[in-house]
Amino acid sequence: KSITTIIAVEFNGGVVLGSDSRVSAGETVVNRVMNKLSLLHDKIYCALSGSAADAQTIAEMVNYQLDVHSIEIGEDPQVRSAATLVKNISYKYKEELSAHLIVAGWDRRGGGQVFVTLNGLLSRQPFAVGGSGSSYVYGFVDAEYQKGMSKEDCQQFVVNTISLAMSRDGSSGGVAYLVTIDEKGAEEKCILGNELPTFYDQ
Amino acid sequence: MAACMSANRSENAFSANDLVPEWAQEEVSTGTTIMAVEFDGGVVIGADSRTTTGAYIANRVTDKLTPIHDHIFCCRSGSAADTQAVADAVTYQLGFHSIELDEPPLVQTAANLFKQMCYRYREELMAGIIVAGWDKRKGGQVYTVPMGGMIVRQPVSVGGSGSSYIYGFMDSNYKPGMTKEECLHFCTQALTLAMERDGSSGGVARLAAITEDGVERRVVLGNQLPKFSNV
Repeated sequence: KSITTIIAVEFNGGVVLGSDSRVSAGETVVNRVMNKLSLLHDKIYCALSGSAADAQTIAEMVNYQLDVHSIEIGEDPQVRSAATLVKNISYKYKEELSAHLIVAGWDRRGGGQVFVTLNGLLSRQPFAVGGSGSSYVYGFVDAEYQKGMSKEDCQQFVVNTISLAMSRDGSSGGVAYLVTIDEKGAEEKCILGNELPTFYDQ
Repeated sequence: MAACMSANRSENAFSANDLVPEWAQEEVSTGTTIMAVEFDGGVVIGADSRTTTGAYIANRVTDKLTPIHDHIFCCRSGSAADTQAVADAVTYQLGFHSIELDEPPLVQTAANLFKQMCYRYREELMAGIIVAGWDKRKGGQVYTVPMGGMIVRQPVSVGGSGSSYIYGFMDSNYKPGMTKEECLHFCTQALTLAMERDGSSGGVARLAAITEDGVERRVVLGNQLPKFSNV
């Protein structure tokens, strides 16, 4: 049901989002290089998981609504606003939709923030994982996450988590996409399969 | 994710609905976290201690590490009844075999006895078992016999419903060539993480180290479990 592994982590001054790149329809991989980190605004991204169609549609709708909203208020929108817009759609259509978006970004008022919108709730967390592959790395993230990590530590933490999940979850794989958002803007990176960290493979 | 609950509702003359509470109608399950790690000279095995019937915890101090022979243990997950029955049968068969052979049995033999039973009755059973122990021929060994009845030897293995959550931790933290103390520490951490996330696992962490000299058992109580920064 839930395809993917997605993760978002706050650090002091921004956030790091990460995802795998596999889209499967049953057993077939229909896209092995899909970027599941979608832009909602300059400094706000969301990570898509679950049904690809539902997630993409929600992201596009919120992108539009955020554009209108940011013109109305005349400045960059808050991350909480973006997350609320996602939550409103997820909650209103919760019976029809099956997608989970993690919203993360940077704004002037609150710095780096990560919001979870699973099933229509709205909750801010220091980090969040989602998708089918997330089950396998709950133990790892619980053990390895520390408060107050630096930007580079966060990036390494996200890459390690994605790599571990991809090696265990059949619905996750391909390359790892990373987006780092801070005051200066958003920086996208793609890490190919052979450059990912390897762990003990029995 | 392995789901370890099955509600076997039999058609009775008495409809049990009013007389018996919901939780007593569910099958007893060891929704669980179990694991075993090889090291040079033996194995370390560990399990949580929760047995559930539906949402009710029937036993919060279960011992899921069952001795099969002097130096061979099995870790049980799945239906409590099924695993106890299979373990008893294998204990009997192995004891008999060991007397015939006039020497301690091999871990591989015990594991294969489990496999034969779990494979033959695969449709009826719900049992995921990890067999671990020490023998003279190959030292410490861990064999996993998951549901369905396959058998494979692995240096480290996790099982049960809570195991899904610690695959990532296991992959990143296991290193070959650990000492006994390092293995015990690794198992304690992994069980703690799984017990935090899995509703069907909890209680105390039971550990055992099996070497040539025998079995050393340990219990880590709830308040003595390691704490992680945000858990």
